[in-house]
Amino acid sequence: MSGPYVPEIATDRDGNQHEVQGWQDDFYGGKLGFWLFMFTEVLMFGAMFMALAYYNTLHPQDFLDASASLNRLLGGVNTVVLLISALTMGLGLLNMRVGKVKEAKLMIWATIILAAAFLVIKGFEWRAEYNHGIFLMHDQMLPGSSLPFGQKLFFGLYFTMTGLHGFHIIIGIGLMIWLLKRINAEKVRPDHHILHWNIALYWDIVHLIWVFVFPYYYMIGAGGVTGGH
Amino acid sequence: MSKTYFDETHCAIGHPKSKFMQWMLTVDHKRIGIMYAAVMFFYFFIAVATAFMMRLELFAPGGQFMDGDTFNQAFTLHGVIMIFLFIVPGIPAIFGNIVMPLMIGAKDVSFPRLNWFTFWLYVVGTVVAMSSLFTDAGFADTGWTFYAPYSINTSTNVIFTLVAAFILGMASILTGLNFLVTIHRLRAPGMDFWKMPLFVWGIYATAWIQLLATPVVGITLILAIMEKYFGIGIFDPAKGGDPVLFEHLFWIYSHPAVYLMILPAFGIMSEIIPVFSRREIFGYRAIAISSASIAGIGYLVWGHHLYTSGMADTAKVIFSFLTFFVAIPTGIKFYDWIATMYKGKVILSTPMLWALGTIITFTIGGLTGVTIAMIGVDIHLQDTYYTVAHFHYAMLGGVVFLLFAGMHYWFPLVTGKMYDEKHGKISFYIQFVGFNLLWFPMFIAGYYGMPRRYFDYLPEFQIYHQLSFFGAVIFISGLVYMFVVFYKGWTKGKPAGTNPWNATTLEWHLPSSPPPLENHSKVPYVDFNPYEYHHGHPVVKFNYETMQRID
Repeated sequence: MSGPYVPEIATDRDGNQHEVQGWQDDFYGGKLGFWLFMFTEVLMFGAMFMALAYYNTLHPQDFLDASASLNRLLGGVNTVVLLISALTMGLGLLNMRVGKVKEAKLMIWATIILAAAFLVIKGFEWRAEYNHGIFLMHDQMLPGSSLPFGQKLFFGLYFTMTGLHGFHIIIGIGLMIWLLKRINAEKVRPDHHILHWNIALYWDIVHLIWVFVFPYYYMIGAGGVTGGH
Repeated sequence: MSKTYFDETHCAIGHPKSKFMQWMLTVDHKRIGIMYAAVMFFYFFIAVATAFMMRLELFAPGGQFMDGDTFNQAFTLHGVIMIFLFIVPGIPAIFGNIVMPLMIGAKDVSFPRLNWFTFWLYVVGTVVAMSSLFTDAGFADTGWTFYAPYSINTSTNVIFTLVAAFILGMASILTGLNFLVTIHRLRAPGMDFWKMPLFVWGIYATAWIQLLATPVVGITLILAIMEKYFGIGIFDPAKGGDPVLFEHLFWIYSHPAVYLMILPAFGIMSEIIPVFSRREIFGYRAIAISSASIAGIGYLVWGHHLYTSGMADTAKVIFSFLTFFVAIPTGIKFYDWIATMYKGKVILSTPMLWALGTIITFTIGGLTGVTIAMIGVDIHLQDTYYTVAHFHYAMLGGVVFLLFAGMHYWFPLVTGKMYDEKHGKISFYIQFVGFNLLWFPMFIAGYYGMPRRYFDYLPEFQIYHQLSFFGAVIFISGLVYMFVVFYKGWTKGKPAGTNPWNATTLEWHLPSSPPPLENHSKVPYVDFNPYEYHHGHPVVKFNYETMQRID
């Protein structure tokens, strides 16, 4: 952009002047747009949660059994990792808003590292499940296996939803790397940080979805394992 | 005014010298709208040709030149193009882009570069959809609804179509999002929601549906892909899944999508009727709110597609009554339009003819819809030609007719020239006659039990199919005629001037025709209602240089 944007002035019949909101430099417009986009993400995962709840009512015991076999330690660690990453992301945005660009960048790096850690832990988890014969198109999940219907559905949705969530984490890492480049190029500055704001919002949605995924998949069967129904 | 990178070429990337690249990379909402129209009508004619092939095949009982499998692929191709490529993005992408920012006095949409990206996302989607035509397994044969479990089991290339529908849905979401923010943020000073033209209201209601309903079908298509290629079991009874769940998830989107198609079309109607009656629209607020309530109620009626799929009786009754309720706001609109014409100075120009024709055809389409919303009647008429005739009366005779009306109405705005009124009117009459001859016999055939999607039929249905065929010939001739009229108008038409229809809304108060980049020379202050006429003349007049009112 060459030169700052100057909003136009509209004059009414009494000669009063009104500032015109242009599409340029529209901080609230950018925020509104991204909130709406995040709303579509919620609807997407919402539809899957609805399918999950529907099959849960059809096969309650299978769901508890399948849930009990998930690894709560790794899942729990991942929840903590993701919550801390939401904290670092938020701190980065706060730093950006008060002008501490260097600290903000550090916090974004911390978020990227935590996000990568999440994916690595998730990978170990999936590998363990694969070794138990439970993975898409593999062993227990094939139509002929003896795994009960409810468990198959549980794991089918488990891999779809955690996979889609992981995909969002990967996109998030890409977005954060892009954000760092934009900060270095001074396209994102303390007085012009809508991109940072929106990526932080994106990251909040990603961790918020996990906050619902975790109890529904990992915790519903925990009572059977710990003995406390 | 300071110059930005955007002022010089209005391109998303760089400053290309060639005219061609300037169009390809443009972020100007008017150019993007025109490009949408070009791509959409290209596919529209492919789908029309496919439909005509099916009519030819059905001219006589028994197989003529198509076997059953090819016929299945043909109606799937027709449906996929018409729904996902043409009519769902249709009016919002074409006129929402070209006209909506002009109507609210904005320089562009809120996110011009996102708009450019969305257009190309749409183009990618169309290419993916068509690409399976050229693969060995062939185009999907599932119908445009992709019902499980058949779509899971068929050996045709459903994945291309599913992925394409997802991409096109994404484009639709982004368009809706862009328009919502535009309407909320970029209205000219003084223009509150009750001073917006009704087309903007239509686009606004549509944008909400695009945003709220499309993600659901997006994830449904992804789940279908996961089911087909990774066997997650969700829609496959062999793994404990429930195919009816697919139908629910699909129609949660796809029924609101029907209203998503018609609401902007009603918006066009609300623009044309007052202008050609030279009278302020009757019941402005009622029309605006009925758009919003159609969008709201339309969200809760999807179950009427599933009466025969297995559903609780209570649910059926609730869905049936909710479906009736949609007719109420729709009826309010129609009575308002007719009341607007009452004691008005009705001018029968081509756009008005199309609008009046639509009042007839959409009333037939809408009321036959109410009959099949009744559970008992629907059990008899579900999946017959009656349903086919109903939704073609509603979609072709409603949405597409109004799209054509809008094309005539805004033709001088977009091209700066005037088409030939006489030939425009003749093409309307040809299409109107052809349309009714094409679809009306199907109501009768369907009532007697002619099932849809069959490539063969009993001899007793032959007369209806043959009438339909002749209707199709007449309709398509009129269609081609109309486009010839447009083409001649564009190349040889007389200059139209900035406001040939004596209209009142802001898109007719531009300094030149076609409109310049960045639209109005100055943003006006809006302290008037959209359709103010006094004794048949527009009340509000502007100095087009300063955009100050001079009346």
